[in-house]
Amino acid sequence: MKDIVVSRGDGNLIEFSEDELYKDIVKGSENAAQKGKIDGLSKAEINHLVDIFSQPGKTVSVDPGKEVVVSDDGAGLMASWGRPSAGHAIPISDHQSILMYERVYCGDTCGLGFPDYSYKPVKSAIGYARSHYKTISMLTTIPLIYGSQPNMGMYYHPTGPIPTPFDYFTKYEFEKGFQLQEEAAQIMRDDIYYVAEQLYEVGCEAINLDTTASAGDAEFWGALQVVEDIKSRLPDMPVEMGMAGEEVIGMHGKLTYQGERLAGMYPHQQVEMAAKAGVDIFGVAVNSDTGRSTPYNLARAVTFTKAAAEQSSIPVHANSGMGVGGMPMTLLPPIGCSTRCAKALVEIGKADGL
Amino acid sequence: MGTGDSHGVAIAQIVSACMGGIRTAGDLVAWMQLTRRMRIDKAKEYVAKKLNLNLQNLTDETIMSKVRSENGIGSVIPDHVEYMGMAAKSNISRLLDITIHSVELYKRHLHG
Repeated sequence: MKDIVVSRGDGNLIEFSEDELYKDIVKGSENAAQKGKIDGLSKAEINHLVDIFSQPGKTVSVDPGKEVVVSDDGAGLMASWGRPSAGHAIPISDHQSILMYERVYCGDTCGLGFPDYSYKPVKSAIGYARSHYKTISMLTTIPLIYGSQPNMGMYYHPTGPIPTPFDYFTKYEFEKGFQLQEEAAQIMRDDIYYVAEQLYEVGCEAINLDTTASAGDAEFWGALQVVEDIKSRLPDMPVEMGMAGEEVIGMHGKLTYQGERLAGMYPHQQVEMAAKAGVDIFGVAVNSDTGRSTPYNLARAVTFTKAAAEQSSIPVHANSGMGVGGMPMTLLPPIGCSTRCAKALVEIGKADGL
Repeated sequence: MGTGDSHGVAIAQIVSACMGGIRTAGDLVAWMQLTRRMRIDKAKEYVAKKLNLNLQNLTDETIMSKVRSENGIGSVIPDHVEYMGMAAKSNISRLLDITIHSVELYKRHLHG
């Protein structure tokens, strides 16, 4: 009998029998275990996940005492921002939106950022970012974390100064392609440090490198180096690093950090590099497959998150926004799905935060 | 990082899995993760010890409201608004024995 309603990666609801649910969870966990060369979920953990999806209530929650803390990539600004990807466009200021997030929604931390959410455009608007941060941080009590994406792809033509390396790869000029990626990574590193230093001057409480390695291993390489810069030159500036996906894509392929090849790293290896660079909180990102069920996607996410949490010496937050952490790739995720992902990532994935 | 930018996801996840910020002791535990790289259990133990509470008290709104008022570390209740923002963070920094960069800068500006 198909009596368990779950989401699919595209947000549509589908119905499962308990047997189908169990099999999809096993498949998801096995996929993560095979790709990451990590342990799959145990029988007890699979049963726990089946139970989370089988609970009849519209929402679920963690057991009392297992609560974690929440970080975000702009959730506190959703009320005031209006953009195609997210936001409610209510005519209030970011300042008002963040105070509501702190005092009404009761988030444990809050992110602040620029609507064009990458460090490169923030550099051009640094005066605005500084005054924005300073004014809001005077009234917030929870940690106010300035976030943006390294987004190394913005440094290539036509939006940036570096010729596109992939044009050279197609001509078999591999060394030139490698060199261009390394140049882009260094410019990105300088820009991120510039923004961090400018915000530090106005009292920045923490900085977030969000969606790191979206342009592959060279971006991860540059981001790890700027974390070293920040930690060595800006005392008492905590750093969060959230990833773009579960695997660091080898767009370069040869880059290493402290002797380890970055291309192909999975979350349990990424967190080790991040901790060595000086990152204080690491965000695991596991991408959802829109054609698969949420139980499948969540089982994958939980398996990768658990491996990272077990390996880590620093707090691990599970990215659980649009299309990551088991969540569907949709603007309006069902509430039951959001809460089931949160419970599983904390109780089975052993995340220290979301 | 953390909860995401799709509509409505943050509130659902905060209610279902998170500590509740200044409604309880969530922000204090978050400060420990950020400033001392403490994993969740260790951060909770540290905060509980500093506040002379047990772990269950940290997410008890009734107890934490009183604790937050007594220590001047802000809360969601308007009566406690005299200690919000920088004043509350200054007290949090002292209470938890951590360095909060914004507080240090503010003190420098205040004292010249």
